[in-house]
Amino acid sequence: MELTIVKEQNTTTPKVQEKKDVVYRTNELNLWYGEHHALKNINLDIYENEVTAIIGPSGCGKSTYIKTLNRMIELVPNVRTSGEITYRGRNIFDKSYRVEELRTQVGMVFQKPNPFPKSIYDNVAYGPRIHGIRDKKILDEIVEKSLCGAALWDEVKDRLHENAYGLSGGQQQRLCIARCLAIEPDVILMDEPTSALDPISTLKVEELIQELKENYSIIIVTHNMQQAARISDKTAFFLNGEVIEYAETDRLFSTPSDKRTEDYITGRFG
Amino acid sequence: MTVRGKFDYDLKTLRQKLLEIGGLAEIALSQSIEAFQTKNIDQALDVIERDSQIDMLEEEINDFAILLIAKQQPVAIDLRRIIVAIKIATDIERIADFAVNIAKATIRIGEQPFVMEIEKIVRMHNIALEMVSLGLKAYYEEDVALARKISDMDDEVDELYGQIMRDLMQLTKMNQENFSQMNLLSLIARYIERTADHATNLAEHVVYLVKGRHYDLNS
Repeated sequence: MELTIVKEQNTTTPKVQEKKDVVYRTNELNLWYGEHHALKNINLDIYENEVTAIIGPSGCGKSTYIKTLNRMIELVPNVRTSGEITYRGRNIFDKSYRVEELRTQVGMVFQKPNPFPKSIYDNVAYGPRIHGIRDKKILDEIVEKSLCGAALWDEVKDRLHENAYGLSGGQQQRLCIARCLAIEPDVILMDEPTSALDPISTLKVEELIQELKENYSIIIVTHNMQQAARISDKTAFFLNGEVIEYAETDRLFSTPSDKRTEDYITGRFG
Repeated sequence: MTVRGKFDYDLKTLRQKLLEIGGLAEIALSQSIEAFQTKNIDQALDVIERDSQIDMLEEEINDFAILLIAKQQPVAIDLRRIIVAIKIATDIERIADFAVNIAKATIRIGEQPFVMEIEKIVRMHNIALEMVSLGLKAYYEEDVALARKISDMDDEVDELYGQIMRDLMQLTKMNQENFSQMNLLSLIARYIERTADHATNLAEHVVYLVKGRHYDLNS
């Protein structure tokens, strides 16, 4: 009997890709820490207005990769790279590409909330001030807009001049996101942004990420696979410095093509 | 160290429960046709009485599966294993209901002699029963080839069902007196035909479990 597929299952069939621009294109990227080959022949296209999740066990190279995207990796001694990463068509390793210029476009949020020991207001206004904005009215607007964007405004609007350390962990992380939004980046890199947060704060940040992707492209490294499944459009699975599988999140979490991906997402190793 | 040892153990338990409910349904099916053939009312009553055990087991499987989803947050084939278990339990419970329906019809036929040869009905029933057994085996062994074989057998059942209905039609024209029994016989044939359809569903669930895509084996 001839088998007929009656229904193309949504979750396993790549959806027709809308024509979205590629923000980051990674081409044959290799990276070494001294002798250690940490990233091997990485090829990845990251699209705008999407959430791209990077998952994989500890030491697989996912944080290394995300830190390469804003060249933070250069702070580590003895790092060598080959291949290229283009951001909006321009090779970020190009000698003429100033790192400050790149980081104006690409913000980053870290694992542990790291507000400055300043007021909530000054934390958010810090970036814009560095970029030369002095007008109080404009700064007020930026602070309000950024805090609203980070879904924190209502909680802090009456205590903007209090020290940021007085906020809860979840609020501090949203403050860091607000600080990132204040410089109006194009891309936001997030390195395990909720791993130090309680479950409710985590869900708040996840909601926020969903809202932010309307206006930003987000790349998130996460140890929480359910989080990747919930919030991302595409997921890349890294293992031992290689990209094992990169696919629509719905597909990767329902019918992964590689056995190693399946073993990892079903918790059979890692 | 085994990662997710407890979860694997629970999945195994779920599979065992499925085989248990499947085994009970197989017994109900074979007893119902035996009661029908031999006009054994006590055996028919026994089938009806034991059905509550199958209903309870179905609920137990569903509760267990839901708890597994809530606690383990499974993905990919793990999630399909649990969803498919729920679906198979539903099909099996339905199959057992058909056995009950056959038993009830048997009781209504009572001591009356059969108005026609029941050989085709019994043959159809044997095929349907084998389909159920193979469906359970295909599930247990996650064997897609076996699952596909079931759909071929369903064609045989449908063919026999057509023949039985035509025979009964002929009989109705010639014999107006035993209309009630003819009606019951056509219902029994219908229950068996539906049993085979649900066995085909089992096969479809197995293919989905293994392949992660939906196939229609019923058409």
